[in-house]
Amino acid sequence: MEHIRLPKVENVRLLDRVSPRRSRVGTLYLTATHSIFVESEAGGRSETWVLHSLVCSVDKQAASASGCPLLIRCKNFQILHFSIPREQDCQDVHLSLQRLSQPQRYEELYCFSYKPNVDEEERRRDWAFVDLKADFSRMGLPNAQWKLSPVNQQYKVSDTYPAELFVPDSAAPPVLVGSSKFRSRGRFPALSYYSKENHAAICRSSQPLSGFSARCLEDEQMLEAILRSNPRSDFMYVVDTRPKLNAIANRAAGKGYENEDNYSNIKFQFMGIENIHVMRNSQQKMLEVCELRSPSMSDFLEGLESSGWLKHIKAVLDTGVFIAKAVAEGISVLVHCSDGWDRTAQVCSVACVLLDPYYRTLKGLMVLIEKDWVSFGHKFTQRCNHLAGDPKEVSPIVDQFLECVWQLMEQFPCAFEYNENLLITVHSHIYSCQFGNFIGNNQRERRELRVHEKTHSLWSYLWTNRAEFINPLYRQNHSQSQGLLRPSTAPYCFKFWRGLYNRFDRGMHPRQSVEDYLRVIREETQQLEEQLDSHKQKIAELKQEQGWSDAHRAAAFDQSSTARALGKNLALANTPQDYTGSLLASTPGAADGPLVLAPQDPDQTADPNLSNGSDPESGIADVSCRSPLSEDSARDPDPDPDSDEAAYSAA
Amino acid sequence: MEFSDHIKTANVEDVVLRQPLHPPSRGTLCITGHHLLFSDREEGSSRQILLLLRNIDAIEKRTPGSSGTITIKCKDLRVLQLDIPGMEQCLNIAHSIETLSCLDNVSEMYPFFYRPNDLSLREQWGLSTPEKHYTQIKELHKKWRLSSVNKTYSVCPSYPPVVIVPNSIDDETLKKVAKFRQGGRFPVLCYYHRKNGMVIMRSSQPLTGANKKRCKEDELLLQVVIEDSDKGFIIDTRSSQQVQQARMTGGGFESKSCYSRWKRLHKQMERGKALQESLIKLVEACGDESHNVDRWLSKLENSKWLSHVQTALSAAGLLVECVERDGHSALVHGYEGTDCTLLICTLAQLIMDPTCRTLEGFLALLDREWLQAGHPFQQRCAHSAYSHARLQQESPIFLLLLDCVWQLWRQFPLALGFSEALLLRLANEVYASDYGTFLCNNDQERCALEVKDRTHCLFQALLRLPERDYYSNPLYEPNELAIWPSVHPQSLQLWRGFFLRWTQQARHLEAVQEEIRSMVIEWHRVTQR
Repeated sequence: MEHIRLPKVENVRLLDRVSPRRSRVGTLYLTATHSIFVESEAGGRSETWVLHSLVCSVDKQAASASGCPLLIRCKNFQILHFSIPREQDCQDVHLSLQRLSQPQRYEELYCFSYKPNVDEEERRRDWAFVDLKADFSRMGLPNAQWKLSPVNQQYKVSDTYPAELFVPDSAAPPVLVGSSKFRSRGRFPALSYYSKENHAAICRSSQPLSGFSARCLEDEQMLEAILRSNPRSDFMYVVDTRPKLNAIANRAAGKGYENEDNYSNIKFQFMGIENIHVMRNSQQKMLEVCELRSPSMSDFLEGLESSGWLKHIKAVLDTGVFIAKAVAEGISVLVHCSDGWDRTAQVCSVACVLLDPYYRTLKGLMVLIEKDWVSFGHKFTQRCNHLAGDPKEVSPIVDQFLECVWQLMEQFPCAFEYNENLLITVHSHIYSCQFGNFIGNNQRERRELRVHEKTHSLWSYLWTNRAEFINPLYRQNHSQSQGLLRPSTAPYCFKFWRGLYNRFDRGMHPRQSVEDYLRVIREETQQLEEQLDSHKQKIAELKQEQGWSDAHRAAAFDQSSTARALGKNLALANTPQDYTGSLLASTPGAADGPLVLAPQDPDQTADPNLSNGSDPESGIADVSCRSPLSEDSARDPDPDPDSDEAAYSAA
Repeated sequence: MEFSDHIKTANVEDVVLRQPLHPPSRGTLCITGHHLLFSDREEGSSRQILLLLRNIDAIEKRTPGSSGTITIKCKDLRVLQLDIPGMEQCLNIAHSIETLSCLDNVSEMYPFFYRPNDLSLREQWGLSTPEKHYTQIKELHKKWRLSSVNKTYSVCPSYPPVVIVPNSIDDETLKKVAKFRQGGRFPVLCYYHRKNGMVIMRSSQPLTGANKKRCKEDELLLQVVIEDSDKGFIIDTRSSQQVQQARMTGGGFESKSCYSRWKRLHKQMERGKALQESLIKLVEACGDESHNVDRWLSKLENSKWLSHVQTALSAAGLLVECVERDGHSALVHGYEGTDCTLLICTLAQLIMDPTCRTLEGFLALLDREWLQAGHPFQQRCAHSAYSHARLQQESPIFLLLLDCVWQLWRQFPLALGFSEALLLRLANEVYASDYGTFLCNNDQERCALEVKDRTHCLFQALLRLPERDYYSNPLYEPNELAIWPSVHPQSLQLWRGFFLRWTQQARHLEAVQEEIRSMVIEWHRVTQR
């Protein structure tokens, strides 16, 4: 509370980035957890809610006659452009938001105050929803070759590793400890994925501390143990995901990579994925391109090229493909980068998606993220900038993983049980700090913060709302869904992900959704078939009892016209676009923000959930416990399709 | 000259065929006057490939030893390779393909020989005529009439014999107007917007020339069109510099002083050779998988193809804004009025008029706006992206249309009554076809060769079952509203179904369309029971 210098500013304008005419006037409220913009225009009482934890940067620009501009960029790629009448107010909002969006302590994070209407027992059960042990037992573990090791139970061997790890049965604790001493941050080789069909495994670690010539007997034994746990193969790959030059540079610091001569039967391979700094700058450049106001096709493509973003995505996917192919051929792989929590997490999880259809199901993706990202210590707090910290530690590593999955979904539209919306929602919540899953940098920190006792889990929330996240085209038995996915990584396969990076520019997205349509007809088909079955059953019963009854012959099926209505409603969202280039902009469909709680549709403003805590001046406490379930409620069709002024008049 | 004169070797055994997405196969190759036929002799397989020679855009032959290899690059972007035993046979085959794939004489082309059992030449030809179009729009009759001024094609060789013109303009006046417009293409009606009574007309450029010649009949014609309104818009598909330059070569534009109530809007569009080169560059970029991502994006950008898509859609959007949103009539032209003009008029109608968005409506639209309106298909589509021949009049303007329509379909997947498969089929047929539909450059030429009596009509064939089902969009929902496309670079995509058609990628996407179709069929089955 003490950080809010000004709880309320009136006559604030929310500018539309593309079309200035569509800006709206209203009141801006600052609460402990959200900024809320309430449009003052009678009738369309729309609200835009922005979580402080999603705010990436707040920039105050030079004041003009019309007010003082304040630009808020969010981690989910929403951009809000406010104009505040008084400069002093703008200054206060600016300072407040800067502080509110950069918490100093974990306790300030939203997840510790977020209290949805869930009782304690349910909350605890929710945390058990994703169970990594169950996933390993799905893989057939433990077995004769692989066992669960208690060596890191107290996080003493590696403080960034999980307490429970699968290691080769033949690797005794001294070998593990010895190996860990020869690896950055003690991150010794541990199992990430095991193929029960052919016994090949993906293991992961950090780089060895080999310097120019150092050796470690235990580390060599460790790799030998991994190799021997796959009896059918006489060699294994060691994949260093870094560019060779980076790895060599590390040798000077006493780190480096495995010398093939010292390890028996390994094949060593560099992969050339760039480091976190390169990725951060690349995404920044790409986002600048996304922000251009009226780019020409050439501006856009040149910008996209020079950002290098898709090149990096390809590097990650290429590496995933390499690992997956090796495992599919029965060869085990040890993967590492420098610390083994960024690139290693990316490529192990991408390889898992390619290898195992389970990770292409809704539950499977949750398990995968929990396994290769959360438990193996991807540093979410630092990479996502949850707390005010070193900007050089921030990097969109997990964004790249989600994008790789999206690129695969684009190639294999029937192979994934989940849809793009799931990836976008997961992305949003990785940054939102609303759930405890991505708090802290590793398991040890989460235990210390008692995350499982004090916060809620994202996974069960997603599962409860799974209807929104299911791909209606998914067929478990479709040829695309079977076994190993073999994507093409030809350069033309990599597309710009408009759905994520331009998510809030509604005018850019298709105006009708095939997916929504298919979902409706699929549900309807299922319902009708169930009805039909039950009718058949009844008829059979009746026949037995008394023969045919006319009433049943005429049994009217509820031919809901939902799908038809859907098609028409969606079309209402049409409005003319900007056809004259930069002369005069006019784009419709002002998108309301992320985590917009109040539906824009005036019909829905009577929602009890809203009236309940909708006095934003005093309702701070209520506000903080509302969940942004209706994230995409702003997808309502624009009721006024022709409200734009002629865009060609200046031509 | 007989076809057989060009065929020295008609059959070769033991030929190996390599083609995308299939393992190589061994069999017999056969060349006929119009086809290349390959039959697989592999055990348990009886695959046959029948390729129209007209579909072949370029061939490359290599004869390293006693055998030879011919690489065949097709106008549908497929690349095949034939390994032929015997150098002489290889050279003979290559020679036959080279000659027979680019016959100049239209009446020797395959549509004149195509005689399937289930089709009769007496069946109806085409889907739309100006008379039919006129009859369908009752609202038009008060102010517009059908004119037969061009019944002998003497006023405008590239127009059909009958056109729709303002009631108050008589045929003598039209003849004078025609003299003032390039190629005689005087302004005619192409679209009537029922919602507000506004129209779209199209023409070629006025021949004002360097000394600013005027034609009062032309001014009158345009004047009467907007009698009841305060202004009309002329959408010129050239830049204002280009129209000034056009005057030096006898062309020009409608000046403010002579056409005071018409406001000119310039929307520069690429055409001709530049567009053909754009296609060539894009196809080249798509064909090389060894590029890295940077190189690919740079080649994609450099081809400018997507920029042309963006420009075409925004020009059409601009036209629709004039007519639908602001309630003004419009005249569209560039130079000849046979290319970009037709492109944006067609797109505008698709955006505005729901009747054009059904399968039949779309084909009728193409019939009116491209065939009858005199798009010179024969010149524009003689060669495609692979040809080594010196470019003459080739330009993929129709392909650009299909791409733009595909973008509309992506943005409004429920609003169009036809499928992507139809667009792909048309993209094939326009370059090489069994049917006579896309032969010749205009109605006059088709009439002279009796195309309508001696060949079959593609559009009719597409509307017969089972084709009709295959080319329909299972998700189609009629929709009265205009479908305004987004022209943001982020909203436009490479048409993978066409440009990457022979990759595994495209196969996956086809499988999705099948999946969607079967879901909808299943849904219909249960709801209708």
